[in-house]
Amino acid sequence: MSELAIPELCLVVLIGPSGSGKSTFAANNFGTFETLSSDFFRGMVSNDMNDQGATKAAFESLNFVAGKRLDAGLLTVIDATSVQADARRQLVALAKAHDVLPVAIVLDVPLSVSLERNDSRTDRTLDHHIIKRQHEQLRRSLKGLGREGFRKIHTLESVEATEKASIRREPLLNDFRFDEGPFDVIGDVHGCLSELCTLLEKLGYRLTRDGQGRVLGAEHPQRRKAIFVGDLVDRGPDSPSVLRLVMGMVAQGNARAVPGNHEDKLVKALDGKKVQTSHGLAQTLAQLATEPEEFRLEVKNFCRGLVSHLVLDQGRLVVAHAGMIEAYQGRASARVRAFALYGDTTGETDEYGLPVRYAWANDYRGEAAVLYGHTPTLEAEWVNGTMCLDTGCVFGGKLTALRYPEREVVQVPAEKMWFPPAKPLTPAHAAKQSGSVPPGGGAAQDPGERTDGMLKMSDILGKQTIQTSIHGRVSIRQEQAAGALEVMSRWATDPRWMPYLPPTMSPVATSKLPDHLEHPAEAFESYNKVGVEAVICEEKHMGSRAVVLLTRNPVKFDALPGWRGTVYTRTGRPFFEQKTTDEFLSRIDAAVEEAGLWEELATDWILLDAELLPWSFKADDMIRGQYAAVGASATSGLDDAVVALEQALDSGADVAALLRRIRSRQENAAAYIAAYQNYTAPTIGPEGVQLAPFQVLASEGAVHSGRDHTWHLDLVDKLVKADPVLIRPTRHIVISTGSKDSTSAGVKWWQELTADGGEGMVVKPLKNLALRSGKSRGGKDLVQPGIKVRGREYLRMVYGPDYTDPHNLMRLKDRNLALKRSLALREYALGIEALDRLVAGEPLWRVHQAVFGVLALESDRVDPRL
Amino acid sequence: MSRTTQLLGGNLLVTITYTGPNASDLGYLLHKNPGKVQPFELNVGVATVFYPEVTAERCTAALLLEVDAIDLVRNKHIRMGTRDSLDHYINDRPYVSSSLMSVALGKVFSTAMSGRCNERPELAASPLELVIQLSSVPVMGAPGFATSLFEPLGWNVNEVPIPYDSKFPTWGDSSYVKITLTGTMLLNDALRQIYLLLPVMEDAKHYWVSDAEVGKLMRAGAGWLETHPQRAMIIQRYLAHQRNMTEKVAFHDEEDGSDTGDAAQLVPARKALRSLRLEAVLTALHELGTRRVVDMGCGEGALLQKLFSDPTFSSIVGTDVSPHMLNRAEERLRLRELSDRQRERVRLLQSSATYLDDRLRDYDAVVLMEVVEHIEPERLAALESSVFGYAKPKAVVVTTPNAEFNSLYPQLPSGSFRHPDHRFEWSRAEFDQWIVSIASTYGYRAERRSIGDADELLGAPTQMAIFKRA
Repeated sequence: MSELAIPELCLVVLIGPSGSGKSTFAANNFGTFETLSSDFFRGMVSNDMNDQGATKAAFESLNFVAGKRLDAGLLTVIDATSVQADARRQLVALAKAHDVLPVAIVLDVPLSVSLERNDSRTDRTLDHHIIKRQHEQLRRSLKGLGREGFRKIHTLESVEATEKASIRREPLLNDFRFDEGPFDVIGDVHGCLSELCTLLEKLGYRLTRDGQGRVLGAEHPQRRKAIFVGDLVDRGPDSPSVLRLVMGMVAQGNARAVPGNHEDKLVKALDGKKVQTSHGLAQTLAQLATEPEEFRLEVKNFCRGLVSHLVLDQGRLVVAHAGMIEAYQGRASARVRAFALYGDTTGETDEYGLPVRYAWANDYRGEAAVLYGHTPTLEAEWVNGTMCLDTGCVFGGKLTALRYPEREVVQVPAEKMWFPPAKPLTPAHAAKQSGSVPPGGGAAQDPGERTDGMLKMSDILGKQTIQTSIHGRVSIRQEQAAGALEVMSRWATDPRWMPYLPPTMSPVATSKLPDHLEHPAEAFESYNKVGVEAVICEEKHMGSRAVVLLTRNPVKFDALPGWRGTVYTRTGRPFFEQKTTDEFLSRIDAAVEEAGLWEELATDWILLDAELLPWSFKADDMIRGQYAAVGASATSGLDDAVVALEQALDSGADVAALLRRIRSRQENAAAYIAAYQNYTAPTIGPEGVQLAPFQVLASEGAVHSGRDHTWHLDLVDKLVKADPVLIRPTRHIVISTGSKDSTSAGVKWWQELTADGGEGMVVKPLKNLALRSGKSRGGKDLVQPGIKVRGREYLRMVYGPDYTDPHNLMRLKDRNLALKRSLALREYALGIEALDRLVAGEPLWRVHQAVFGVLALESDRVDPRL
Repeated sequence: MSRTTQLLGGNLLVTITYTGPNASDLGYLLHKNPGKVQPFELNVGVATVFYPEVTAERCTAALLLEVDAIDLVRNKHIRMGTRDSLDHYINDRPYVSSSLMSVALGKVFSTAMSGRCNERPELAASPLELVIQLSSVPVMGAPGFATSLFEPLGWNVNEVPIPYDSKFPTWGDSSYVKITLTGTMLLNDALRQIYLLLPVMEDAKHYWVSDAEVGKLMRAGAGWLETHPQRAMIIQRYLAHQRNMTEKVAFHDEEDGSDTGDAAQLVPARKALRSLRLEAVLTALHELGTRRVVDMGCGEGALLQKLFSDPTFSSIVGTDVSPHMLNRAEERLRLRELSDRQRERVRLLQSSATYLDDRLRDYDAVVLMEVVEHIEPERLAALESSVFGYAKPKAVVVTTPNAEFNSLYPQLPSGSFRHPDHRFEWSRAEFDQWIVSIASTYGYRAERRSIGDADELLGAPTQMAIFKRA
């Protein structure tokens, strides 16, 4: 019994005439969906498996489906006769187009068998001459299959061999997903032996030397592995010794390597092919000339055996010399190899005679981190989850390694400029140095190519699914995204400086009390029901929600020196113009300094969730245009009505009941006016504004959603102490939801808070981010992060002056909170996700995607009174 | 505190006072007995007719409408909000009340409005001495707007604005006014005028405007609207600015039925400038040999329409951030009625100039007509990078106001912009500076032009730049 080895991911083309047993072979060896049969597709497009007229349509749809499967990385088998060269050519092209290997399995059974099987079929029979012709075509094909591009060809030459054969799937040569590291990925060495030895020792490797002092290998006491991104040779002082060291490490299992374009060329030169020896190859060949022949052979075999790129750590890490786009990762084809060696070249050359490369990393959106070299840059920097480790050691720069998974950069400087660079080194983020402020820079250095700071339409438009760490996948519908784009691009703060948007908050379940719409009892009860024992009640400030980003490190946010941060609303609009923002932030900075929070949090930036007061600072227009206008017109209309009704009553008309009703409305209108007047301070400038922070969202290296609320409020207290004029405290009380005494105290606290016009309170789980206890609900165990309980008088402004009339209140109690609650959870999860991504140093588009998601969900039509 | 919106029960009062012999005959004309208090259940609340004063010389009838706010919110047939709002819940205007009152008048006094009165036919056919009071009417317009509507009809008008809040005198007057009309008028004319002009003053309707409205307009306006000096504006507002309907009004004889909103009157000759701008852009595109073109920030599609009707342009893309604007453009181009082949020529895409968009790369030309001034200055670099650096068309055509010219608009307060959404307006020197920096950064050659009649000192109202990739 023979075992046919094929790559785990490939396009298998079964070749054999009708009746050779292809379908049976496929059914025995491959999964139901893996095999695409041309007969089946004929049936799908024409209702008739034998309709030869449908062949064209059948193959078009078969190719389409096969393409989708290969895109998804699934092995696919084509069950068609494929005895004609032209048919096979198309399938080979299909495999190449999806960067998988084409494999042929030939079922070469005797003609007699085919004919016999054909005759015994009941579903269809073919003319014998057709089957004969197919056999002849197969005969003619057999020899040339290798030249057609098939990377593996298995031929089964008898019925028995076909029946007994089995398939063994082998991992691709680039597949090292099982190897989870840790690794030290090392940039382009180019023969700089001394720097390499220094770097390896700095990384903690112990070098092994032979009697002549030659370095033969190195190993790490913690069994770390070095990974070389290629270009070990050329230009530098001692390429042979670098090769000896790396080959030694690889042989000992202490290193892996991918080939660089310089190794590729070296192999050709050693093969005796004619190659240009510029760019440093001449030096290497001269150095190798003094080595023994067997060493040169070893070098040739080593370099030739290197696989274009490596996929490591469960697919989370990809290493290739010139980088690797997502679509090519873990694939094998000539263009994948070319990309790995040379990058995305345009075919043009620049003014220095060097090839012009497309900056693929700027477009990179893949999940895997990609580490590469090839293009010398000034500093190793993350760009969309990729990092170029070639810092031009041979040109007098640095030799760079990245510790993975720690993501820590380790460098040694070049001992000298070993080789003059053809053009000056440029930073990966060219624009950071330029005077103008294009996002991510871009333009100044490399017009035409996007940079990390720029966002693409496709990052946010259309249906998006965002994986969150605390609430599973959150979907953004197309129309939600469409609704948010206008707000985001016309009004919101620059996305680089808006790493978070706060979620909406659900009101408490409707009160069962006859004269209340909202009451704390239901809030305590609902938390108690999901196992949250301790809650904190925080006063709801009569202000506007504000997010404050304060930084002493503008570079982190891709901003120019001197930039301090932003203060923006819940939809991302800046509160003040830039100058006022700067003044406001410098006052907050002083308070943070005074309170010692920079040191306590070990950070140079901080993101605060807060309320900005008074409300009329931002909402003056709305208070006047909406609330006051209603009050004015109601008062005027009612006063006129009362006069007319009193007159009618005097002249004997029966309007007493109507008059009573209108008078009670007059009282309601007065209460309503009193309610909004509460929120209105005399017009003040920004210097009179107060900030009431209630949560420290994030700072360097940490998202603080897991810290309990007393931790947050303690920090706030320090800020209040530092600047009591600017920073306003948040009154609060901790309540135990299981204790009747405690919840009664909570209700009393709320009543006192709202009796003198307070807006109400927010009830939150004391421990902050909370999951419901008990059995899991499939990753959706998140508990509401806060529930608002608004005051009875305050709600007049929301539901109208007359909402407390029993007839009105009864109808208003019929309100549906389900959508609001669900949005609150999803938006909260997206907000935390944005913070997680920010803190993890993920690319801007990933952070923005989550932030944009919050705004998109907010475009959902929800009863705005909730 | 978050933004809230609310709907409130309105209480509106209209009183009609007739002074004359046998004043109580007003009851016959209104078909409502002065001795009774009569409530009428309407689907928006309750309207009550009562008589505060009935004497031989004077008789006052009152119609009090109590709007039920909660019903209003839940009533699917009632549309609350400005005319752009698609959702009856989302409403920045708390009080859309006067059109409700108009409905109440039409229901309660329908016979009186027809002028029919079997008991007192001669009285119904004679002008009467009337005083009509309208309490708190919302008016979208400058002070004196209500007067300008009623005075030409022969009324003596007293229009008193209602202040926002006596506690905050700096807030000034609200948009609500109390109106007293005094005059000698046929009662049915008076009722029909109020019926029609209440929603016109507010410039918003609580229901979807359908074709039936055209008929209502013509019935209510018969005999007085034909000769009203403001009839074009009245018709537009009454029909909620829907052009296809205003065209159906038979006695609407102006040749220009286009949307001359109130804002348009602010800047004289603005319409002319608009078409000059379109011509200038088209000329530039022709000179550049453009065939495939993107109109970035296409708005309602004025330029797209021109491009579409010109066979030179083989592929036309209009983009805007606003789905609403794209819908308007789609309607304007009647895209849904086009054949597949015609449709292939034009595409509307939602897109923002501050994001990179793969769909817009490598066109012959990108037009930014009156777009850059709507972008925050700090975000402008993102637009530049996206258009010049990423989309990289062969040519870019930019138009933007010339700020210096603003002083020639007498109604424009000094230092303010031509449009409330403009984030900046450039002088000619500032524009030049921008052009030079863009051209050198991104490798374009630039040419500068002006649009509109130029002032010797201050230049032309609009400035234009044409960038060609070097």
